[in-house]
Amino acid sequence: MQQNIDTEKDLQLREFDAMCVNESRLGHKWYHNLKYLIVGILFGVVFVKAEVVSWFRIQEMFRLQSFHMYGIIGSAVVVGMISVFLIKKFDIKTVYGEKIAFHPKKFSKGQIYGGLIFGLGWAVTGACPGPLFAQIGTGATVIAVTLLSAIAGTWVYGFLREKLPH
Amino acid sequence: MVEFIKQPWPWYIAGPLIGLTVPTLLILGNKSFGISSSLRHICASCMPANIPFFKYDWKKEVWNLFFVFGIFLGGAIAINLLSNPNPIEVNPKLASELAGYGITNYNNLVPEDIMNWQSLFTLKGFLLMVVGGFLVGFGTRYAGGCTSGHAIMGLSNLQLPSLIATICFMIGGFIMANLILPIILSL
Repeated sequence: MQQNIDTEKDLQLREFDAMCVNESRLGHKWYHNLKYLIVGILFGVVFVKAEVVSWFRIQEMFRLQSFHMYGIIGSAVVVGMISVFLIKKFDIKTVYGEKIAFHPKKFSKGQIYGGLIFGLGWAVTGACPGPLFAQIGTGATVIAVTLLSAIAGTWVYGFLREKLPH
Repeated sequence: MVEFIKQPWPWYIAGPLIGLTVPTLLILGNKSFGISSSLRHICASCMPANIPFFKYDWKKEVWNLFFVFGIFLGGAIAINLLSNPNPIEVNPKLASELAGYGITNYNNLVPEDIMNWQSLFTLKGFLLMVVGGFLVGFGTRYAGGCTSGHAIMGLSNLQLPSLIATICFMIGGFIMANLILPIILSL
């Protein structure tokens, strides 16, 4: 029982300020994670082939000079919405037979302040966190510095967290 | 077929494929799609420094690190095997604006004229890459997610906080691209 309480606490802590969280309570051997590596590879290929990771495409988007990025994000959201709706409606389970969990997110001022700060960074680097990894993959080695700096930014956020308005 | 794949993919192919990542990750193992969290897991694994925000069992989120490593590999595969040999075509208005800042190389996804190892040590390069990266890492965590976690996963699940965050991402981006970036690029 003690174990269960700790697991619960740890999930809450991991969920803290994160949209993306591992809801699964199952333990698996490490090689089960290889399927996420494969999804990541496919995702990275799409990123590069659709030029989502291009600094130029991001500049076009924020100058309203191209529909490309709006089309991508918009159609991704529509497909995602339909998928989530279908998963909820038909109570679709994971491949391990687990119930798929969704947690509502609470509003915090961080979504405004942090959102604006990230927006500034997005337009200057031409990349959100995902594209940073893909850009390094395409051979733009200097972007590793941008990635390290983003990790440093995340760390500083964690360090200052209690002092920031939320 | 291969020739077809090598061309830049249109939005109506790429967008739905990106959207399908949401149910794929959920069905494969109850994982909510998100990328910026990987930065937090890297902090938690490498330098938790006794900060409560980084004191959790990051190994339970290791799937996320496999996922982003996959994105890196996917980038390498796409550029080496499926690459489009032609430079990126951009809106002529953008091209003429960027030419004014000396940006004319469209051979890479990243503008080589301003983002390279030499320029890293100039004020312009420092602002673009180091300060820019810092804003991305700090801002995404403060907002609780990035384009994938909020704009795609959060909106897919009809979360109002994610809509607010997405609108703020866009406002920040418009301010930077139209008002601040021109100053940085003129340096």
